[in-house]
Amino acid sequence: MLKETIGFWKRYRRSATGLAGLVIIVFLAMVALFADIISPQSPFSLGPHSFLPPSYQYPMGTDDLGRDILSGVVHGSRVSLLIGFLTAAASTLIGIMIGGFSGYCGGKIDDLFMRFTEFFQVIPRFFLALVIIALFGSSIWNIILVLAILSWPMTARLFRAEVLKFRNQDFVMAARAIGCNDVRIIFGHILPNARAPVIVNTSIQIAYAIILEAGLSFLGLGDPSRMSWGIMLFNAQQFLRRAWWFSTFPGTAIFLAILGFNLVGDALNDALNPRLKNMATAMKPTKTKERRGKFRWKIL
Amino acid sequence: MIPVLLGIIIVNFLLIHIAPGDPVAIFLGSMGTSQEYVQAVRERLGLDKPLHIQLLIYIKNVLKGDLGFSYVNQEPVLKLIIERIPATLLLMGTALILSSILGVILGVISSKKPYSIIDNINTLIALIGYSIPVFWFGQILLIFLSLRLNLFPSQGMSSLRVVHSGLRYYLDLAHHLALPALALGLRFLAVNSRYARASMLEVLSLDFITTARSKGLKERTIFYKHALRNALLPVVTLFGINLGVVFAGAVLTETVFAWPGLGMLMLNAVYARDYPVLMGLLLVVSTMVILANLAVDIIYSFLDPRIEYH
Repeated sequence: MLKETIGFWKRYRRSATGLAGLVIIVFLAMVALFADIISPQSPFSLGPHSFLPPSYQYPMGTDDLGRDILSGVVHGSRVSLLIGFLTAAASTLIGIMIGGFSGYCGGKIDDLFMRFTEFFQVIPRFFLALVIIALFGSSIWNIILVLAILSWPMTARLFRAEVLKFRNQDFVMAARAIGCNDVRIIFGHILPNARAPVIVNTSIQIAYAIILEAGLSFLGLGDPSRMSWGIMLFNAQQFLRRAWWFSTFPGTAIFLAILGFNLVGDALNDALNPRLKNMATAMKPTKTKERRGKFRWKIL
Repeated sequence: MIPVLLGIIIVNFLLIHIAPGDPVAIFLGSMGTSQEYVQAVRERLGLDKPLHIQLLIYIKNVLKGDLGFSYVNQEPVLKLIIERIPATLLLMGTALILSSILGVILGVISSKKPYSIIDNINTLIALIGYSIPVFWFGQILLIFLSLRLNLFPSQGMSSLRVVHSGLRYYLDLAHHLALPALALGLRFLAVNSRYARASMLEVLSLDFITTARSKGLKERTIFYKHALRNALLPVVTLFGINLGVVFAGAVLTETVFAWPGLGMLMLNAVYARDYPVLMGLLLVVSTMVILANLAVDIIYSFLDPRIEYH
C-alpha cells in the first residue's frame, strides 16, 4: 500500500499545475480551519467607516455597511469548502452505492436506473436547484442537500460503467467462488480497482458544487445567516461603479478555489490513469535540468 | 425524449405541492387573504380536487400553452417568457457561435505543436476560462472595461438616451452585446479549445494518417483535409452537453449586465417569489435544452456515416 502511494505521488508531482492546485487547496483549507484566528471579528460586525478602499487597516477594504471584507473572505471560505466537501462526499457515497448496485445486478433495475440518470443529465441542474431553493428556503443544509441530489447521478453513472467493466473478470469470479457475498465483491474487490475515475470525479464535483453555490448566492439565494463569497458578489453588484474592491476580492477567492480543484482533478487524472498512447504523450519533453541549489527537493 | 419531458412536468407539479406552505398561499403571494377569496381561488385553480386529477389538469394546461398566471406581473406566464426569449437567444447564440469557432481555432493551433509555447498559453487560457465564475468575470469586465475605461456601455440592450435606427441600431446593439457575450462565451471557448486539441491529437495518431503520410501527401493537406474533418465531428456534441450550463451562465450574465432576457425575468421572479413564473421558466428552459440535445443528436447522425439513429 505504501509503495503504491509513493508511486502515485511520484507520478502526481510530475505535473506542475497539479502541485500548484494542491498548494491552493491546502492554503484555502488552512484559511478555513483557522478563520477565527486570522480574522477574529465576525464578518457581520458593522464598522465605523463604510466604502473604504483597501488600506493597511482594512487590507481588502470595507463594504457598504462598514463590514471588513477580508473577514468576509476568510469566513466565507468555510462556507464554500464545507458545501463543496459535503456535497461531493454525499454525492460520491450515494453514487457509488446506487451505481454499483445497478451495474452489478443488471437487468430491469439497471434499465430503470439508466432512465433516471438520463433525466438528471439533460435537465439544466442550475435551474432546478434555483427553483427548489426558492421554494424550500435557502439554509446551508438545504443547499447541500439539493446539490447532492443533483450531483449523484453523474458519479453513479461513472461507477456503474466501471462495475460493468470489471464484473465479468476472473478475479470477480474467483471471489464469488470462495464465497464472498455481492456487497463485499462490489466494495471490496471492484471498487479498489475503480478508484481512479471516482477520485477524479470527486474533485470535479467539489469544484462544481462551489461554483453552483456561488451562483445561487449571487442571485440572492444563499444562506443569509452566513457570509459566503457569492453573497458578497451579490452585494457588490449594486456598487460596482463606486467600489471595485467589493467584487474583486471575493471573486478572486472563488476563482482560486475552483481553479485549485480543477487543477488537482486534472493532475489526478494524469497520475491515476494509465498513460494513453498518442502523439501527445510521445512529444512531451522530458525534464533533464541539472539540480542546482542546496536543498534536496528530490525528497518531496 | 418524451418520458423526460413528461418527467419534468411531473417534477414541476410535485415541487409546488411538496413545498412547505399552502399552494394557494404560494400562488397568491402576499395578496388579499379573506377566507372567501382563498376558497374561491382554491376552487378556481382546482386545488380541492384529488392530486392525480390536478396533475392531469396541469398537463392538459401545459399542452394547451397555459403555463399559469403571474400575479406579480399581472400577465400570463407564457406571454412573459416569449417576450424575453429573443434577447436571451441573441446573447446565447452570439456567445455560443463566436466562442465555439474561436475555441476550435485555438485548439487546432495548439494541436499542431503540442507542448510548445503557444500550446501552453492556450492551455492556460483554457484552464482559467474554465475555472473563472461567469458572473465574476462579467463584473470584472464591467468594472474595468465599461465603468472605468468607458469603452463599452454598462447595461441593457440599447442606449437609453438616443434612439438609433437602421445600421446605427445594429452597431449599438453589437456594442451592448460585446461584454455580455464575452463573459458568457469564455467558458465554452475553454471547453471547445481543450476538446478540439485532444480530438486532433487523437486523430493524428490514427493509422489512416500514417497511410496518408506514406502516400506522400503534403503535411498541410493531411492536417487540414483529413485530420481536421474527423476531429471536428465530436465537437458538435459539445453543444448538446454544455447547453444547460451556458443557459445558466446566460441567467447570471444577464443579471450582471441588466440584459433584458429570461435571466432578468428569473431574477425578478426569485425576488418576488413569483412561483408560477419560476415553474414556467423551469419547464421552458428544460424543454429547450432537451430539444437542442435532440437536434444535436440528429445533426451528428447526418455528419457521421458510422452512426445509425433509431
